[in-house]
Amino acid sequence: MNGDEDAVNAYMIRLELVDEPGELLRALQPISEKGGNLLSIFHERGNITPRGHIPVEVDIEATASQYEAIVEVLKEEGINVIQAGAERYSESVVCILSGHIVDTDLSDTLSRIQETSNATVTDLSLSAPEGTRNTSSAKLRLAVEEGEVSETVESVRAIADEKDLHLIESLTGGDA
Amino acid sequence: MRLAIVGAGVVGRSVAELAPDRGHDVVAMGDSTSAVVADDSGEPVDVDAALSRKAERGIVGDADPDDVLSADYDALVEATPTTLGDAEPGFSHVTAALERDRHVVLANKGPVAERFGDLQAAAADSAGEVRFEATVGGAMPVLSTIEDHGAAHVDAVRGVLNGTANFVLSRMAAEGLDYEHVLAEAQDLGVAEADPTFDVDGTDAALKCVILANVLSVGAADDPTDAREFTLDDAEVEGIRNVAGSALDLAGEDGLTVRLIGEVADGSVRVAPRLVKRNSPLAVSGTTNAAQIETASAGTLTVSGRGAGGKETASAVLMDLNRLS
Repeated sequence: MNGDEDAVNAYMIRLELVDEPGELLRALQPISEKGGNLLSIFHERGNITPRGHIPVEVDIEATASQYEAIVEVLKEEGINVIQAGAERYSESVVCILSGHIVDTDLSDTLSRIQETSNATVTDLSLSAPEGTRNTSSAKLRLAVEEGEVSETVESVRAIADEKDLHLIESLTGGDA
Repeated sequence: MRLAIVGAGVVGRSVAELAPDRGHDVVAMGDSTSAVVADDSGEPVDVDAALSRKAERGIVGDADPDDVLSADYDALVEATPTTLGDAEPGFSHVTAALERDRHVVLANKGPVAERFGDLQAAAADSAGEVRFEATVGGAMPVLSTIEDHGAAHVDAVRGVLNGTANFVLSRMAAEGLDYEHVLAEAQDLGVAEADPTFDVDGTDAALKCVILANVLSVGAADDPTDAREFTLDDAEVEGIRNVAGSALDLAGEDGLTVRLIGEVADGSVRVAPRLVKRNSPLAVSGTTNAAQIETASAGTLTVSGRGAGGKETASAVLMDLNRLS
């Protein structure tokens, strides 16, 4: 890291929750209490681990010290933290794809983005005002490891070109 | 200064109108078919009379257009329409003035975007100087800001450099209307031309970026004659036709918006629709232009203003004339 203690990074925390009411809320509370920003929750309700727990993947934005405090509290609360800090994303990139998003297999697009780069899709919004058969748009938020933003954007661009989708990238330099 | 003005379009006419008040004498003025040149009495051209003739009869005077180039002027103002490729006839107008050791102020982007190397060479052999503030961002002081900081100390320039494209995108975002609808509206308002290709396909913004790239390239080179030269062919250009209304809606959810951004950085030139924060200084509305100049020691500087228009562009020409006198 660059030693900037106030820098906000994106982190992924993998948890296993006991299948009881209120467990998810209990797991998420420390994030906001410690000043983190919840980006996305991937809650695999149907997928149960051999121990009967539900795997949950949480993406957050926080400073390094906030992140450490969050993981510490989760452990104190007896929440099963499977993985934290192993994947440490430092940058978040937003881009928008337009075109025949659904007809060109959105889930294939997303998995290929994750396969060809070290990025994780942490958020997805879809807008299809004319129905999914016409031009629609998808906004992706990607968590990217430090220094790999342009490489990731290149991968997304190649996939977009191949599927004839129109990509709008973020302007990263300056005060944009 | 004594001025000769080539080109009697909206910019050339505005320069002629504003010049007398700013202490300049117009000694010759012409368009592609006609011209007016001051006689030996020492009196400047009667600008009002010439512009009335242009409005009524389509000619500025009875002289030959070539007589403008041989008139007795200190600075030639080149305001003919931008042409690509060999940048003619603008390029020849510039060299004709430089060969006579006269200064040149360009409002025409062609010679600086397409033949920058040739232009530099012609200027190096002349006692005259070439300036071209008006070619990038109209009234915005972009090139003079770079000049004052020293082009060698500028790392990148990013900006909204086409008012028509910006009008269309900002209206699409604000009103939730689609591209075709807003473009038709822009044409009705006179913001977009009947053939809007040059603006909406990003060519105009790209030419401005190429000019900036040339200026930064010369600034960074130890020997200006070794500097890499850029032309429109070196620019990666994408216009706004494919920007979907649904993309603007999604951008809005995150406090973002889409602008056609020209970017000159790390030896590359790129024009494309990009996501910017809605509160970014580059997220200007309507036909306003904005540019961010990233300097080595002064951080990022932002300028914004009117990027087109007769008086606005003529103001940039007058800025250049002030620096010459």
